[in-house]
Amino acid sequence: MSIAASPFSKPYDDSHGGSASRSHARATALAGLMVEFDNPDALHDAAKAVRNAGYTKWDVHTPFPVHGLEKSMGIRPTILPSIILIGGLTGCLTGLFLTHYTNGIELLRNAIVPTNLSGYPYPISGKPTFSTPAYIPVVFELTVLFSALTAVFGMLAMNGLPTFWNPLLRQPRFRAVTNDRFFLVVEARDPKFDANSTATMLRGLGGGEPERVEAPVESAEPPRWLISAGILATCFALIPLVVIAKARNAKMREPRIHIVQDMDNQERYKGQMPNPAFADGRAMRPEVDGTVARGDIRDTRADVHFTEGLVDGDWAANFPAKITINADLLERGQNRFNIYCSACHGLDGRGNGPVNARNMDGRPGWETWVQPTSMHDQSVRDRAHGHIFNTITNGIRTMPPYGASLAIEDRWAIVAYVRALQQSSAASLSDVPENIRKELEAR
Amino acid sequence: MATIPLMEVDNTWDDPRKRAPLVTGNHDYKSVTDLVADVAERPHPPMAWYALFAVSLGLLGFLGFCIGYLLLTGVGVWGVNQPVAWGFAIINFVFWVGIGHAGTLISAILFLFRQNWRTAINRFAEAMTIFAVVCAGMFPGIHIGRVWLAYWLFPIPNQMAMWPQFRSPLLWDVFAVGTYFTVSLLFWYVGLIPDIATFRDRATNKIKQGIYGFFALGWNGSTRHWHRYERAYLILAALSTPLVLSVHSVVSFDFAVSQLPGWHTTILPPYFVAGAIFSGFGMVLTLAIPARELFGLKEIITLRHLDNMNKIILATGTMVGYAYSMEFFIAWYSGVEVERFTFISRAMGPYAAAYWTMFICNAFVPQIFWFKWARTNIPLMFVVSLLVNLGMWFERYVIVVTSLSSDFLMSSWWPYRATWVDYGMLIGSFGLFFTLFLLFCRFLPIVAIAEVKAVMPRPHSLGHGHGHSHGHGAAHRAEAH
Repeated sequence: MSIAASPFSKPYDDSHGGSASRSHARATALAGLMVEFDNPDALHDAAKAVRNAGYTKWDVHTPFPVHGLEKSMGIRPTILPSIILIGGLTGCLTGLFLTHYTNGIELLRNAIVPTNLSGYPYPISGKPTFSTPAYIPVVFELTVLFSALTAVFGMLAMNGLPTFWNPLLRQPRFRAVTNDRFFLVVEARDPKFDANSTATMLRGLGGGEPERVEAPVESAEPPRWLISAGILATCFALIPLVVIAKARNAKMREPRIHIVQDMDNQERYKGQMPNPAFADGRAMRPEVDGTVARGDIRDTRADVHFTEGLVDGDWAANFPAKITINADLLERGQNRFNIYCSACHGLDGRGNGPVNARNMDGRPGWETWVQPTSMHDQSVRDRAHGHIFNTITNGIRTMPPYGASLAIEDRWAIVAYVRALQQSSAASLSDVPENIRKELEAR
Repeated sequence: MATIPLMEVDNTWDDPRKRAPLVTGNHDYKSVTDLVADVAERPHPPMAWYALFAVSLGLLGFLGFCIGYLLLTGVGVWGVNQPVAWGFAIINFVFWVGIGHAGTLISAILFLFRQNWRTAINRFAEAMTIFAVVCAGMFPGIHIGRVWLAYWLFPIPNQMAMWPQFRSPLLWDVFAVGTYFTVSLLFWYVGLIPDIATFRDRATNKIKQGIYGFFALGWNGSTRHWHRYERAYLILAALSTPLVLSVHSVVSFDFAVSQLPGWHTTILPPYFVAGAIFSGFGMVLTLAIPARELFGLKEIITLRHLDNMNKIILATGTMVGYAYSMEFFIAWYSGVEVERFTFISRAMGPYAAAYWTMFICNAFVPQIFWFKWARTNIPLMFVVSLLVNLGMWFERYVIVVTSLSSDFLMSSWWPYRATWVDYGMLIGSFGLFFTLFLLFCRFLPIVAIAEVKAVMPRPHSLGHGHGHSHGHGAAHRAEAH
């Protein structure tokens, strides 16, 4: 077991030219000198001696951390804790941003970010939009997660790990460094390194006989087949990505691949499909004879002026006899208008209600939105009362029919209110009663 | 390797003038390495290993069958329904994640308190943590019903432009358990690096050398590396300590943040954390006792280590017993009728058998560890550790099932009955756990070799490079620092 008798120890010239005892034929050069210890206590003095001799590229390798040795070696405290602090703060900020943004901030209005990257206000359980206390667990966990990842990967990076090639790991004796031996190594690239004088210095440290650490002069090229295999493997690995990219972007005649069905496609008959179970071969069943849908009762024999807004087959220019224009009727009309119409047409009838406002904010996919007609357009002003009544009853373009929701009297009340709205936007001072006219002039 | 002594060496004395050795037998650095590495290097593990592995693998296969059956059929194969929608899956989740707490506690908290005895058991307590969290993570994963949508749990930008609801305790759980698994894995792996390097350097064939060499990352024991390594390890311990307390607190929020009687209490977070440590130490004992017998590690995992763990079981078991009693007191003191009813029905209602199994196993049985003869009696402590595991499973059963099955409205009460698939998955999860654990025992260093060496007495010889054997008689010296 004596190191002096080791077959690996040789004279200390730093000439290139390899060692006969190596099985491989490549030329090697001296990478450093190492000296072995069998006891951690001797290391402190040895480390101090090497440090005092002015060496900088040297190290002590031990099977377990020998406390105090880093002081003897003059290793400065590591900046790792500061890096971990930065990592932890990053995690904390990430957590705060993630929670407050995704559950509170919508950036869609001007399409700053793609739809699937935008957050949105997530109202739930009556909590405020930014409920920071409820986010603390997530923020805390992300702080710890980021700190821990920084600690581990920062430590490895600062230690230069993983490094699978190291001349020391080629030394058979050095394998005992993970068992029970301690090694002091001075590298040949240290400016003070000199094969002979360094060896003399190391010999006096109380360890074993210094031993050469050899490294090949030139690194071996990886074999050709390995490079080819690597290129091929990379190309094959790209195929699924290309297929996915094509599937996502191409137009296809067939339905897309639907792996998990989730009851999306069910065995059932849809509206326009044929169904052989019925005599007429249709899946969609016609109404049973005598069925009347809500709002479909039209007594055309009675007062069509009142029920349809028609006089002699043309739109009625006047209100029907059953409708008396007074303040009550206009108030009723305002009430119904604000409930049924203002969502699209707006409280002032200019066609900019909340539904319109939501659809005009540049939200993707709503370019086809048709703005509701303004009540104040000349075309609407020119329409007969009966025409407006008919539009309310039966709808027009994308506007649904309200005949089933609003009583006939209410529809006429809305017509009256619409007229009042139109009047209000085109009124002159002479339309205002005398007593109020003075008030207005005083302003 | 060193011979296994026929007698247990008693190092459990309490004489403060003489520090008890943490490694018994006449060991030096090399023999400690040999002792631990032998577990992985011997050509054949003990027959008992094969027998246990076969059983575990069989159970794991059965678990796979149950999961396949569940996925192809739907969650109707379980006994869950309204109002008990959580059932075995969540009981098992809380049970396993609780067990996972001892590993990090031993690694981190005992490390910060400079409890050097942790070095013998921390490695496999950490491994146990990771495997337990794997089992734990599986259950909510399959409990969501449509497992292929599990990615909805995470804040991943998706085609639906939907985000998770960050105010929900269930979402906090995803982050807590995910972080816990990641940090535990990192902590375990960082601790393993120097020992994997030991295995690399002892490898007898190229394949082993290549695999261990890859995972050792080129570790060469440099003091400059050790310096940063120890710093990182210390900080990881400091990070893991609040983490381990937060994880089971967050798990308890799943219950405490709801309005259900028996769940909506502020005692739940500390009560869950104490229970988690209690069950974790129970499982460490259950694993450590057979492992030290099978692999000849009695000189590293000594009687003193077992004695210390029994003291922690006694302390945490008593805390859990206090929590059980305090829950009852608060239910009465609150004056809330439904709360009172829930607790009375726990003790005397349809689930009384589960309740008393829990109470006796967790609060009463560990009290035997007040006596030193009990703390040093290995068969007895093995039985106690099994009862602790049993009791802690029933604790979660009582919490989940009793509160859900009978809440405020009598019209929505419905009893819970588990199906064979529920039981199959519970048993199968033990198969998963033990399969992973037995593979770990066979292929990785089950004791932190480098750390044990650091707490061993230094060799006597101020050697001059003439490697004769060291350390004889050193074991009775005081521990080095």
